[in-house]
Amino acid sequence: MTLAMFIQHLLNSITLGSLYALIAIGYTMVYGILRLINFAHSEIFMLGAYFVFWGVTLFHVPWPLAVVLSIVVVAFLGVLVDRVAYRPLRDAPRISALISAIGVSFFLQNTAIVFFQAIPRAVYTPEWLATPIVVKGVHVLPLTLFVPVMALLLMLGLMYIVYRTKAGLGMRAISKDIETSYLMGVPVNRIIALTFGIGSALAAASGIMWALRYPQLQPIMGTIPGFKAFIAAVFGGIGSIQGAVIGGMVLGFIEIMIVAFFPSLAGYRDAFAFILLIAVLLYRPTGLLGARQEDKV
Amino acid sequence: MNRTTSTLLNVLAVAALGLFLWWAQDSLDGYKIQILNLIAVNIILALSLNLIYGFTGMFSLGHAGFMAIGAYVCSILILSPGQKEMLFILGEALPWVQNAHAPFFVAIVAGGLAAALAGFIVGLPLLKLGDDYLGIATLGFAEIVRVIANNIPRVTNGALGFKGIPGYANLWWNFGWCLITLFVIVRILASNTGNVFKAIRDDEIAAKAMGVNVFRYKLLSFSIGSFFAGVGGALLASLLTTIDPKMFLFTLTFNVLMIVVTGGLGSLTGSVLAGIGITVLLEWLRFVENPIFFGDFEMPGIPGMRMVIFSLALILIILFRREGLMGMREITWRNIAGLFGRKGANQAAAGEGK
Repeated sequence: MTLAMFIQHLLNSITLGSLYALIAIGYTMVYGILRLINFAHSEIFMLGAYFVFWGVTLFHVPWPLAVVLSIVVVAFLGVLVDRVAYRPLRDAPRISALISAIGVSFFLQNTAIVFFQAIPRAVYTPEWLATPIVVKGVHVLPLTLFVPVMALLLMLGLMYIVYRTKAGLGMRAISKDIETSYLMGVPVNRIIALTFGIGSALAAASGIMWALRYPQLQPIMGTIPGFKAFIAAVFGGIGSIQGAVIGGMVLGFIEIMIVAFFPSLAGYRDAFAFILLIAVLLYRPTGLLGARQEDKV
Repeated sequence: MNRTTSTLLNVLAVAALGLFLWWAQDSLDGYKIQILNLIAVNIILALSLNLIYGFTGMFSLGHAGFMAIGAYVCSILILSPGQKEMLFILGEALPWVQNAHAPFFVAIVAGGLAAALAGFIVGLPLLKLGDDYLGIATLGFAEIVRVIANNIPRVTNGALGFKGIPGYANLWWNFGWCLITLFVIVRILASNTGNVFKAIRDDEIAAKAMGVNVFRYKLLSFSIGSFFAGVGGALLASLLTTIDPKMFLFTLTFNVLMIVVTGGLGSLTGSVLAGIGITVLLEWLRFVENPIFFGDFEMPGIPGMRMVIFSLALILIILFRREGLMGMREITWRNIAGLFGRKGANQAAAGEGK
């Protein structure tokens, strides 16, 4: 393998990794606060991509505006999902909320099949993102740089919210102890809604960029990236935003590099993440940056 | 109500079922018979998941994986060597795949045992995990099974799968296995082992503190559940006569989970009733996906609508009736008798649970 090729693979893995990281953040934020695997997150991701597509083709909205609109709509959708399907189950056994989440995931996916049809659709990509630049034999799509840069900016924004604002303080408080936070006057439900909103917005952004990179839309397109991102979150230590980013990057790297170095394993591509997951859970059940938890007797 | 009466009533019920099947076989059309067959298979699957999840408290999302193993093993065994020679287009079948052949009953048991073995091996590392993590890890296992099935064309014929699997699975086979499953699981749950399962479900740490080897019992429950999931998969393969890796997506697990949750986690009668109800509804709802004619006007069918309605139903059930149809209650001869008899008997039955 030449150096040029290696750099190309490296760039690809950073791009893929940052997409996983953006989705993983949504999982990790919700899990950190509610201890709930938000299965609907992967459908939120899918809807983000679809809304841009419909905005551009159906309503002839300029692409950048369509992106912003899609992110806003999807953020509200995330809040709505929480309000309708999770909030009534806050004091129920955790498994009820999980089943509800699976239900919502199937509901959104099949609603998308009904409205958007199951046929894969080609995506509009702005030209300035798709004209390759050649630097010393390395073909680089502006897209490959655009995605990680955008991801980085979004993550910095998120870090600001979580560590520098009052709402972020609330989030961190709730994730430590939801009942005490409530007693201390933290507007728990509002903060949780905000968390869902932010997480969904990031998923939408990721979905939109995913559709630029793999320009095909399908109602089931969120499932596999969703699972992988969840695995990234678990890998990094669920509940930790930095962990989610690291996990996403590692996963993207492994996936691209194994296929690059061992092309015969390409068919198993979708299984790597799960194998990694099982391996991680066995040796460090709470992930890389996760705190150890002891059983309470 | 004493034991003899109970046994007598059970025998009578089985005889009644037998009579019904005998009647159904001659009088009902193929479509209705197919639905009856699906009911039996779904009940087997629901009972096995309920044993794992409802009675032992292990949140497993890996059912599709165990079903796939059962289905593939059984299909390989019942397809004749000649058929296999024709089937394997992607690559010649491995010799042991090519030459393996067994009667249907042996094939089903082999499918179940293969699934149980897989359950045992997967369970060794995974069952140490907590509920959500176990769920996502077993889901990962099912996905890995599917990816492997897709990638070993000399065993599974890759993405093409098998066609023309002998359709031995008739009403007698399916309901026979359904009764076996029910009988075995009822006997287990009535035994001391069953009590340990329930103790683990209710409070794992307390069970451990009482000196129960929690891990061993979890592994036992998981393996038995996997066995019947494999049996269900094997029957399904013969019933549908065609399988491929795409069939064993998460949707399949979702359907089984739906039946278990609707029926009530920890209620066998709930699983049976929901198995019947949901299978019938799922078929009946197919009409929304087919074109509907109003005189000359044709309303096009809406693909996917069936699952929209179903997922909505699941959400509503979990929001408004968390415990499902039956909760953790069972219908037994004793509490049926209590219904008709004195009030006191009813209360006694309720008090004793089973």
